[in-house]
Amino acid sequence: MVVRFLRDEGVKYIYGYPGGALLHIYDALFKEKAIEHILVRHEQAATHMADGYARATGKAGVVLVTSGPGATNAITGIATAYMDSIPMVVLSGQVPSTMVGTDAFQETDMVGISRPIVKHSFIIKHPSEIPEVLKKAFYIAESGRPGPVVVDIPKDMTNPGDKFEYVYPKKVKLRSYGPAVRGHSGQIRKAAEMLLAAKRPIVYSGGGVIMGNAAAPLTELARLLNLPVTNTLMGLGGYPGSDRQFLGMLGMHGSYTANLTMHHADVILAVGARFDDRVINGAPKFCPNAKIIHIDIDPASISKTIKADVPIVGPVDSVLTEMVAILKEIGEKPSPEALASWWKQIEEWRGHRGLFPYEKGDGSIIKPQTVIETLCEVTRGDAFVSSDVGQHQMFAAQYYKFDKPNRWLNSGGLGTMGFGLPGAMGAKLNFPEADVACVTGEGSIQMNIQELSTCLQYDLPVKIVNLNNGSLGMVRQWQDMVYSGRHSHSYMESLPDFIKLAEAYGHVGMRITELKDLKPMMEEAFALKDRLVFLDIQVDATEHVYPMQIKDGSMRDMWLSKTERT
Amino acid sequence: MRHIISLLLENEPGALSRVVGLFSQRNYNIESLTVAPTEDPTLSRLTLTTIGQDEVIEQITKNLNKLIEVVKLVNLSESAHIERELMLVKVKATGAQRAEIKRTADIFRGQIVDVTSSVYTVQLAGTSDKLDSFIQAIGTASVLEVVRSGVTGIARGDKTLSI
Repeated sequence: MVVRFLRDEGVKYIYGYPGGALLHIYDALFKEKAIEHILVRHEQAATHMADGYARATGKAGVVLVTSGPGATNAITGIATAYMDSIPMVVLSGQVPSTMVGTDAFQETDMVGISRPIVKHSFIIKHPSEIPEVLKKAFYIAESGRPGPVVVDIPKDMTNPGDKFEYVYPKKVKLRSYGPAVRGHSGQIRKAAEMLLAAKRPIVYSGGGVIMGNAAAPLTELARLLNLPVTNTLMGLGGYPGSDRQFLGMLGMHGSYTANLTMHHADVILAVGARFDDRVINGAPKFCPNAKIIHIDIDPASISKTIKADVPIVGPVDSVLTEMVAILKEIGEKPSPEALASWWKQIEEWRGHRGLFPYEKGDGSIIKPQTVIETLCEVTRGDAFVSSDVGQHQMFAAQYYKFDKPNRWLNSGGLGTMGFGLPGAMGAKLNFPEADVACVTGEGSIQMNIQELSTCLQYDLPVKIVNLNNGSLGMVRQWQDMVYSGRHSHSYMESLPDFIKLAEAYGHVGMRITELKDLKPMMEEAFALKDRLVFLDIQVDATEHVYPMQIKDGSMRDMWLSKTERT
Repeated sequence: MRHIISLLLENEPGALSRVVGLFSQRNYNIESLTVAPTEDPTLSRLTLTTIGQDEVIEQITKNLNKLIEVVKLVNLSESAHIERELMLVKVKATGAQRAEIKRTADIFRGQIVDVTSSVYTVQLAGTSDKLDSFIQAIGTASVLEVVRSGVTGIARGDKTLSI
């Protein structure tokens, strides 16, 4: 029933790991040719792979894990998806229903453990309800504000000896669940008028634009009114990264231009963003003169940390489309003089050195920023980039210019080290022709390095760009800045030889230590279309990520380098 | 401010744990909680009281509404409503005290529902404040045991919470 439903639902790939409670399901999978199962080496990677797939395609990834340790290993990946509102369906095996509660072998209360980090969860009570419950799980995971859904399946629910009638449910109805399908027209009109009256407007858009499929109407709106645009870490690609109106990412490591433009704005159009603490810095000092329009599918995201003046609950794509239509119907534009002087001010902030200036040095050592710039060049800004967590993640977000949505895959909310490689694998599997890069560090990559083996088995030639600075860079940066340079346990001694390691797993390893080799070797790596290449790049260990907002300050309070601040 | 939030919940195992879990997860207060199935056996009615600033209460109701199993929700405190809590109190009742407790129970419109030679068990329904006042009136010294049901309530007038 489970496998048949997944086939009828159109699921192509399942990421999983077998175990006792799942043996009936795995036996059915063995006979099902329409679904390919990807055997990971650790369940956490299965969830990240499904997550990477979901971020790249917008559809729910499917995970299959066994009871007990299989289920608990999946928890980090489920939490990662939950924090970033990523659709995912996790099928977890469970001990037979008659043994639940007896501390049976490999029993754990999966629904209980996962409760705070799922959008919803189900336990199968009777085999006949499997198709309907699974349909509900997919519907809930993908609709409204997306999120992970766990379905716990006791082993006796999948007993092949028990036969039940199977009908694929085309639709399900839940009386208690109905996400908004459109925004309030009056509010949308009010927001449009507010934008027209604005003298210093800005668009601040987040991951909701990516998952809500709203990059096109957002771009149209911004161009129509000539608005400056900034994206959150999760929202990169929601507006073309190489466009003149784009000010770079905002927030803790956002650009000087984006953060200053936010701070001085009089109207902020927030779209599919949640005023996260890594974006707004000190809430009481946030953008003192701004009126806020907030569009989000989730009412609980509105006025959670920052009060919205015009809240609009609805799917961002339909709301923005309607807003564009209203603006065209009104036919007016914001005051050209006001907007011109606003843009003049913004260009002054942007200056000549670009959004994220850095000291390039004398070339004797490779700067991590240069690696990302080179990666962007070599892949023509068109790769899927999956990142781990730390300095390399911020550098990737700052220096890779994402012109398209769904290309930037990273754990923004939970900040999960170990996401990068399996995330990249999930994208590569579904876009075999595309360049897929995993930007990582020597710390993060070791959190799921065992998946190099999965890459060989399923032929996933991703390119691993390892910014190797021999230390946990972001921790070290904080220790430099806040703890007088006491590098407590942020230094990684006894690193493996990543080249030999890659080779041991059957892949290609390349070490880059000289700046002159960077571009040619990276080009060589990407030219090897059918091989996974591990690029171990020795980068400047003393580099910090700037700008960096100063704790509890306003948006504009930032360190710009080790010695300068605003 | 104290708020009484009443909701209709799918009568399914695990639904209650989601409601309770939400409060601990997001650091909200629960002062009291009552829950029982309704005349429609697929639904439970849950009433809880919580204390918080208006913005916090707004987040609480939004997040409760987000739970898939919450079918409908009303913040009773936002309009005219009737609030009741049931209390059973065991009090020492010997000598002159016996008459005194009986009189006090009458004043509060309580009933003595169980009697031994030395103990009365008083049943009392009303707002939480009224129940507090009763305890105060008879004096904590003579109270042996108190059990309170938690607050439940219903809107005044035509308004109903139903699907």
